[in-house]
Amino acid sequence: MITLAFTLNGAPATVEIDPADRLLDVLRERLGLTGTKEGCGEGECGACTVWLDGLPVNSCLVPAYQVRGARVHTVESLDPAALEPLLVHGATQCGACTPGVAMTACWIVGHPEILASHSLRELLAGNLCRCTGYDGIVAGVQAALDAGARA
Amino acid sequence: MHRREGLAKLTGRERYVDDLPLDDFLWGATVRSPASRGRVTAVRFGRGIDWSQFVVVDSQDLPGPNEILLIERDQPVLAAGYVRHVHEPVLLLAHRDRVALRRAVAAVTIEVAPEPAALDFRVPPRPEQIQYGADNVLKHLRIEKGDVERALATAPVVVEGVYETGAQEHVYLEPQGMIAHMDGDVLVVRGSMQCPYYVVKALTHALNRDEQHVRVVQTPTGGGFGGKEEYPSTIALHAALLALKSGRPVKLVYDRTEDMAATTKRHPARVRHRTGVTRDGKLVAQDIEVVMDGGAYVTLSPVVLSRGIIHAAGPYACEHVRIDGRAMFTNAVPFGAFRGFGAPQTHFAGERHMDVVAHRLGIDPAELRRRNLLRDGERTATGQVVNDGTDRVAVLERALALADYDKKRAANKAGGTTRRGIGIATFHHGAGFTGSGEVMLSSRVDVAGLPDGRIEVLSANIEMGQGTITVFTALAAARLGLTPDDVVVAEADTARVPNSGPTVASRTSMVVGRLVERACDDLRRRVNTGGRGKGEGLKRAIMDWHRAHPGGRLVGSATYERPPGIAWDDHTYTGDAYGAFAWAAYIAEVEVDLRTYTTRVTDFVAVQEIGKVLHETFARGQVQGGVAQGIGWALLEDCKWQDGAMANAQLTNYLIPTTEDLPPIRVAFLENPYPHGAQGAKGLGELPIDGPAPAVLNAVADALGVEPTTIPLTPERLMEIAERGARNAEQRRQ
Repeated sequence: MITLAFTLNGAPATVEIDPADRLLDVLRERLGLTGTKEGCGEGECGACTVWLDGLPVNSCLVPAYQVRGARVHTVESLDPAALEPLLVHGATQCGACTPGVAMTACWIVGHPEILASHSLRELLAGNLCRCTGYDGIVAGVQAALDAGARA
Repeated sequence: MHRREGLAKLTGRERYVDDLPLDDFLWGATVRSPASRGRVTAVRFGRGIDWSQFVVVDSQDLPGPNEILLIERDQPVLAAGYVRHVHEPVLLLAHRDRVALRRAVAAVTIEVAPEPAALDFRVPPRPEQIQYGADNVLKHLRIEKGDVERALATAPVVVEGVYETGAQEHVYLEPQGMIAHMDGDVLVVRGSMQCPYYVVKALTHALNRDEQHVRVVQTPTGGGFGGKEEYPSTIALHAALLALKSGRPVKLVYDRTEDMAATTKRHPARVRHRTGVTRDGKLVAQDIEVVMDGGAYVTLSPVVLSRGIIHAAGPYACEHVRIDGRAMFTNAVPFGAFRGFGAPQTHFAGERHMDVVAHRLGIDPAELRRRNLLRDGERTATGQVVNDGTDRVAVLERALALADYDKKRAANKAGGTTRRGIGIATFHHGAGFTGSGEVMLSSRVDVAGLPDGRIEVLSANIEMGQGTITVFTALAAARLGLTPDDVVVAEADTARVPNSGPTVASRTSMVVGRLVERACDDLRRRVNTGGRGKGEGLKRAIMDWHRAHPGGRLVGSATYERPPGIAWDDHTYTGDAYGAFAWAAYIAEVEVDLRTYTTRVTDFVAVQEIGKVLHETFARGQVQGGVAQGIGWALLEDCKWQDGAMANAQLTNYLIPTTEDLPPIRVAFLENPYPHGAQGAKGLGELPIDGPAPAVLNAVADALGVEPTTIPLTPERLMEIAERGARNAEQRRQ
């Protein structure tokens, strides 16, 4: 076992881990943050998306020891008010992909300049959803961007 | 009203089965057959593992019959010395440490003396492959109307075609899982499921317990699509067996690979059409043969086949129809319920075939459909008179207008290395259980008046993303003049809720929603509101009732009643197959890249008549999600089989559509309220998966002038068809 210290959702966190542990399991099973979901365990579906030093990553592919000293944000850190446009536009149905979608969506809303070089659909392509056909998600993120631009 | 549990889902607060806090529990795991068929000759526990630390369960540990109770009783809970498919469960293990458990599963060797497996449902079995009845036919069904042979013999034109569809994996984003534990002498099972009372039935049977000693609780379910209709009974039994043997709570959650490899999928199918038409395109005879791969146990194949054949003739008027359907036993992992339930397979064949007929006659595919769509007063293949007042041609016209069909059809298809095309599918989907099914279910819903004046809707129908909680809340609130916050929808806990039937068959809003309304009416009668019938008056009356009856339960109830004038004969397969059909016309536009043979859907229009739309955002979301799943089935989702096992049981190489694989899906509804559905609603959930595959392939046919007949239409498959077509054209010129 090794000791892992990092910043989790803005607060210091320390946890004993096995060097082989995935960040996803440490968050869910050791730290009780079950908002982050496992959809595939191989970096395809994006349900386990968290921000690592401010960038979206699949936490199932991150060995936990790699976040030593880093900043990790999970879905539990998001402001519910910021998620309202996603709710209104039907971006969530069954909800299993939703925390990952929310993490990607909020990241895009926080970095609107990226839309100069990437389309919204391209930026959301790492989050698989089987319920919505994505239109509700795309509309929700667009509405959140529009609200951000007005603010 | 927004999704009631939506914010909990968006913020990650919603707790699914794998998220539930659990103390002092064991992880469960399944050891599976490595072989397609044969006698188990040995089970070896490998060296280097202290097996005394593990709970081990085999078929000997079953307190009751080793049968998963469903339509038949042929499927064992755990294989007892004989296996019939790869990944068949043989042993269960439990341990407190998940990593140690994984190592232990890998250290068990199941030795099987192999016997000849039947692995291709399209080929008649050899004698040594026969394992069910005399011919491996799990179910044979037939629909007959008129005299098909005579009509075909005199038809001016007869067009034949054979169409094939592949297996499809559900890919609900939350894999299957269950937790089992004892609460006193009551076995409690919680998990991801569509049908809590199916699980109760399976548990009581195989564990030899009565209903008072079994409690099943649905946890928020991260997608189902039919994949959590019958399969959860198996996991529930496995978790329960481990919990009973260990005396500890057991959590059995599949990872993605196990889920994809071992659970059910959409039935592969082959459908042959022989169609008689007049030269101006009027259908005179439809001879249709449907064969489906049932896999190694019966599961739900008979009813999937039934729905498949009932929809096989399409939404068309034709006097002479014969539909022959067979579900075949094979040594494949059993196939099961999947959104559409047999209809997507037969609609794919029927709608692709309509375009082949149109091409043969030189009639535009839209015009061929206009000439044959059912008019009110005409009869379906089962003899059901359609008389619902819906103008099915108007549904098609609306789609054609939205898609700008005439202009796009006429446009130049060529564009350097790409070709564009546009394709139609017109189709229908019957809502609710087939035939007498709803009568036999005899579903019941309760609506309770609570001491604080709020009401609680109690049903066994579950939320899996489709919106049950919100829709039931809205229906009850509207019926009683209350605000949504005055309505609670009970957790689907079989210790509390009545059996309102399974959450399947597009029945929840239409059939069960109607029961919610009627139970609300019954509640009003019981409180005897005396003029204070609704809203605040009703709330006060409920509170008054509780003051007068301290500790009492105030419950309104409703049980399913067959709508008048509906009759179905199960023996002849004639009559009213469904209380209502939803009707649709979908149009896809595609672009095919001739360098890669990749097909991209560039526009999609989905128009449907579904009775009353109960929630615009949800209804649109159901359609868009169904279309996405249908486009995936048509172009991407390819189950690769190797000796009866899925060789690509992972999302890295079983591809489902991403945002970049889909266009915006344009949705329009026509409304013609159905008098026996909640607020006039008809079923919607499954309809949208029936149309996309034929519409997309018809568009490819339009783009390239070829007739693809098989899905998924992968680039490899399309390249073969296109280059074969080019070779044939070359030969004709020479």
